[in-house]
Amino acid sequence: MTHIGADPILDVRGLKKYFPIKTGVLKKTTGFVKAVDDISFILHRGETLGLVGESGCGKSTVGRCLMKLYDITGGEIYFNKNNIANFNNSELLDYRMMIQMIFQDPYASLDPRMRVRDIIGEAIRVHKLSKNNSWKEDVKNLLNKVGLRESHMARYPHEFSGGQRQRIGIARALAMKPKLIIADEPVSALDVSIQAQIINLLDRLKDDFGLSYLIIAHDLAVVEHISDRIIVMYLGNIMEIASDNDLYNQPAHPYTRALLNAIPIVGKKKKAKRKGLLQGDVPSPINPPSGCCFHTRCPDMFSLCRQQKPKMVEISENHWVSCLKYTR
Amino acid sequence: MNSETIMTVPHVNYKKPSSKLKVFRKIWDLKLGVIGGLILTGMLICAVAAPFVAPFNPYEQDIMKRLLPPSFLEGGSAEHLLGTDSVGRDTLSRIIYGTRISLTVGISAVLIQVVIGVFLGLFAGYYGGKTDSAISFMVNVMMGFPFILFAMSLVAVIGPSLQNIIFALGITGWPVFTRVTRVETIKIKESEFVLCAKTLAFGTMRILLKHILPNLLPTILVLGTVEIARAIIRESLLSFLGLGIQPPTPSWGMMLAEGRDYMLSEWWLAALPGFAIFLSALGINFLGDAIRDLVDPHMRKS
Amino acid sequence: MKAYIVRRLFQAIAVCLAISMISFFLLFLNSDPALLLLPPEAEIEDIQIFKKSMGLDRPVLIQYLDFLKKILLHGDFGNSFVSQTPALTLVMERIPATLNLSLLAVLLANALAIPMGIISAVKRYTVIDNLITFLALVGQAMPLYWFGIMLIIIFGVFLGWLPISGSDSFAHMILPSITLSAWLLPVNMRLVRSGMLDVLNQDYIRTARAKGLFERTVIIKHAFKNAMIPMVTVTGMQLSLLLGGAVVTETVFAWPGLGRLAVESIRMGDYPVVQAIVVFFALCVVIGNLLADILTAFIDPRIRLE
Repeated sequence: MTHIGADPILDVRGLKKYFPIKTGVLKKTTGFVKAVDDISFILHRGETLGLVGESGCGKSTVGRCLMKLYDITGGEIYFNKNNIANFNNSELLDYRMMIQMIFQDPYASLDPRMRVRDIIGEAIRVHKLSKNNSWKEDVKNLLNKVGLRESHMARYPHEFSGGQRQRIGIARALAMKPKLIIADEPVSALDVSIQAQIINLLDRLKDDFGLSYLIIAHDLAVVEHISDRIIVMYLGNIMEIASDNDLYNQPAHPYTRALLNAIPIVGKKKKAKRKGLLQGDVPSPINPPSGCCFHTRCPDMFSLCRQQKPKMVEISENHWVSCLKYTR
Repeated sequence: MNSETIMTVPHVNYKKPSSKLKVFRKIWDLKLGVIGGLILTGMLICAVAAPFVAPFNPYEQDIMKRLLPPSFLEGGSAEHLLGTDSVGRDTLSRIIYGTRISLTVGISAVLIQVVIGVFLGLFAGYYGGKTDSAISFMVNVMMGFPFILFAMSLVAVIGPSLQNIIFALGITGWPVFTRVTRVETIKIKESEFVLCAKTLAFGTMRILLKHILPNLLPTILVLGTVEIARAIIRESLLSFLGLGIQPPTPSWGMMLAEGRDYMLSEWWLAALPGFAIFLSALGINFLGDAIRDLVDPHMRKS
Repeated sequence: MKAYIVRRLFQAIAVCLAISMISFFLLFLNSDPALLLLPPEAEIEDIQIFKKSMGLDRPVLIQYLDFLKKILLHGDFGNSFVSQTPALTLVMERIPATLNLSLLAVLLANALAIPMGIISAVKRYTVIDNLITFLALVGQAMPLYWFGIMLIIIFGVFLGWLPISGSDSFAHMILPSITLSAWLLPVNMRLVRSGMLDVLNQDYIRTARAKGLFERTVIIKHAFKNAMIPMVTVTGMQLSLLLGGAVVTETVFAWPGLGRLAVESIRMGDYPVVQAIVVFFALCVVIGNLLADILTAFIDPRIRLE
């Protein structure tokens, strides 16, 4: 685990992303899907930040907002102290060179009609990132770094396994020499045995290339090994932010505890008591519950939870929770 | 390892099919396509090498030898294998020269249709929103206008010439390409590799032309092939209705129209050119189906 | 649901307007339409007089609006240049003939297409299926007018069974309607077949079979209804096909219907009649599409969520 500098590379404040629902003859907007509802966090240079939550909690949306694949509905995103909403074209290009994404589906994220060397090399060629037409050399080096061979360069994606394709995707992201990589569920579509390989690869590359990571996953076990800090999301809101150790040993939020209880226990972790399991289904993000969005399923709910939306409070160093139990 | 009883698999003399056999099998499966390919090749040869293939000059009239029946009927001769028309021109030669018109018009018109149709479809599918509404509206309008009326009216106003007919066919035939391209583009644009192209800061044109379009090519190829057949039929329809290629240029449709007057007696004058049109369209359709099976078996609609 | 219908209705109206606009402006593609409409020997003064009387010297947009107003308020498409009777009347006169022909053709086509499509789907991959599919392929490549002419040659000339032109008796209708139905048959058959294939592979059919129902019951009661959906969906396109086919068929068989009127009018430059026919055809196709879409939305709730 590398040491975390106190230097924030990404500063997200009050991020909101609502998707309008259009119905009626004139397609008027009658409601919103509140995918991301007021999220704030900081990512430090050299840090690996995990972002976990159930399906539909908005974590992928956060990733895409950061990549400027969506226009945000509210809040600000600062990259190296610059507000990314205000970028002009050339600044946007620079931004894209510094922040790259690894996608979830290794089968859909590679163009089936392009050879591997073109998939990785296209960015290098288009943006003229290599000197003297040596882009093929650069592609070869990148392939080696992710554990593939030069002989793979001329092949097509369908000739590779899922894990290998994900490696190609990683190499492609690295081609742009980014400072920050957002990995959107990088191993969800892979076999369990391969998942560890890819996570380890990411860890190694971090040191080699001096990267910072935002790893989005729905499985706590995936991010546990590699993350410095972890953000827990639910229904578009942050429930808890804590360091790796703190989250696992002293989970503060009831939701976090429920998630931890659901992990199959392996090895040296303390045996979690089988209590605090969640009831019911995830509410719809179109009509989120009043007050604390988690209150409908919370085992520790009390009356105030229905009315008041909790703010983030720091309960110990660098350990933040959004729960009314801690704000009294 | 201790000695364990391992069940042995009986050794079977299994010969892998030779690659020659594989090729033959493939050709048999695609037999229709092969036939279509042969027909198309025949047409191309006729079109390109017409002066060498045709026994007579298609414009040469010989009133003495008019209305001769084809050689397989009574009264016919080997000199004019398919007989002669009302002014003594050799039918076989005219049919051979007719391939020039049909292929030229068919391929040119479809090229125009593809260029217009695919571009509009790409923009409609990729940008969505108002662009899509506008383009889809145009598609609906064009498809609501029965082709015949539009093309006939157009040609009637601007005059029947080779270029005008190609223009008229191209202008009326693009909507089908736009529809298909649009649907496919919409499907593809949400693929992660397209999103990735955006994150790699590639420009829109690059994404459209280098990432989305190549994945559409098989569909467009198959559609284009079938559309060539349709264009040939439409051109001959225009000629048949008198608004096509003007005489004396040999066009199959015009030959059919001329033959119609003699339907009751010298029926071959109408039947033979029509058969040529039918055969061409059939062959091209066979070829198109075979291409579709080859390229993407998932596309088989029925 | 209501919102969907209203939206589609507006679209349909817009499309009709656009079509009428295009057909109107088509006339002006030629630099001077008056020259087109008059015989070549006309004197310059005659041309001027003609222009004034037809109002052709006004700005094009004004002419179009005037044209639109006359149609919408009075149903007045102007008088035919050829016969000096109101264009709309001419069109209305010819509608029954085309209607008769079309109805018979549609009936014939579907009477054949539906069973053939079903059989072809049920007995997939057998010789019958291959044969039927092959026939459909052949049918789609067949030029309509050639088919008609061949029918004339075979049945009218050689066999002398049926009359080949004119419209005096029912016997006169046979050959033309067979020809027109041949135009529709391949497409319909393919649609029925693919609709059936989709349905037959669904789980609920397997359930019906597992319940021990006779194969015939399964097909007729369960599969058939759903397989008809794709046919309903393309009703609009079928109408377009039908109208186009009618034009050709009527010309070949000298059938006194709208199609033949269209060809003659275009050839003779009788623009008011052409406009009237174009608008009529467009209305048919657009309304057909509209009805088809609404019907489909009723049958298949998934489509409603547009």
